[in-house]
Amino acid sequence: MEAPVQATIRSLDPRVTRLSIPQELPEFTPKPPLDEWQTYEVFHQARPGEQPVHVGTVHAPDPEMALVFAKEQYARRGTTYSLWVVRTADIYAFRSEDADIFATVPEKTYREPHDYKVAQKLLRLKRKSHGSSAADAPASS
Amino acid sequence: MPLPPPEALPALKDLLYRMADDALIIGHRHSEWTGLGPILEEDIAFSSIAQDKLGHAYALYQLLHELGEPEPDHAAFLRDAPQFRCCHLVEYPNGGYDFSLMRHLLFDLAEQWRYHLLERSSYEPLAQLARKVRGEIKYHVFHATQWVVHLGAQGTEESHERMQQALLQALPLALGIFEPSDFEEILVDYGIFPGERVLQSHWWETLLPILERAQLRVPPLETLTPAYGGRRGQHTEYLQPLLDEMTEVFRSDPTAQW
Repeated sequence: MEAPVQATIRSLDPRVTRLSIPQELPEFTPKPPLDEWQTYEVFHQARPGEQPVHVGTVHAPDPEMALVFAKEQYARRGTTYSLWVVRTADIYAFRSEDADIFATVPEKTYREPHDYKVAQKLLRLKRKSHGSSAADAPASS
Repeated sequence: MPLPPPEALPALKDLLYRMADDALIIGHRHSEWTGLGPILEEDIAFSSIAQDKLGHAYALYQLLHELGEPEPDHAAFLRDAPQFRCCHLVEYPNGGYDFSLMRHLLFDLAEQWRYHLLERSSYEPLAQLARKVRGEIKYHVFHATQWVVHLGAQGTEESHERMQQALLQALPLALGIFEPSDFEEILVDYGIFPGERVLQSHWWETLLPILERAQLRVPPLETLTPAYGGRRGQHTEYLQPLLDEMTEVFRSDPTAQW
């Protein structure tokens, strides 16, 4: 037979016991919508001169607090030189239904860099410096 | 590892125990907020600060170990309250977030100055540690300042009043950080540390403008009674229960390999 669980143990977590939460919880009034702090987008710059890269968001009441939180949220590990925060509401973006703006008609390779002679020359140079014969590189166009 | 002159050793150890015990106990108190913080981002930030403090405590116990004291785990977990040299400020229960934040500001501003002064300590291992923790403590002060100024000056009437009460409660306790020591003269003579009185005056001068930004009323220094005793092993009733809880697992088997 198992011993009955003692009713006095409310939680094994001392932090919870310390809170002395009442057994019967009072009624909560529901929060109004959008009651939270606004969000800030966080950009992480690893080294001086490098591009800051978007890494996520934090909730904060203002930019200074956003920096306070962003530091521990996104710069705790690895290398960091700086962080940027930008109010999410200040970012302008295309709407998702306008994603077709970015679709391109095929047969337009002339707009892409690999079709240019200079790209071929660079490729030849690269291969040369890596020790293989320059004759391997095809001279096209 | 360079050893200090033998006549300065007890003074150096006393300084290191004060600092290590402060960091360990406030780190433990801060960690009691983990999972219970006001919002997710702050919960993570404050827990991370708690971890930093444990890291500082570990580094200081390590320095003590190199001077012949017990290894860090034993120094942290096998001593009882009268053997601790922490100040009363760090022992107090967390209370509300108002008190925890105010204590965090008062303590870390003193830490920032203490380590800043120690960067030029004649005891090179301590000077090295001081340079190493500079960035972390700068963040701790930044975090604390932002919160106290926000809740004091930019929040609601209630948040302002609660920060004001927290300041009045925490200030005499914070003055206990700078409890004079019999070793002070030796520390100064050997260039190890310029002393608690110098530290306190730097702290006070930088604290006032922050509290002014937070629109908090500061009682005159001479009207406050500093909470002394901690540096001599006389502690509040709150320290021993904290130690009992913190060391429960370790003491169940001190020889266990983790």
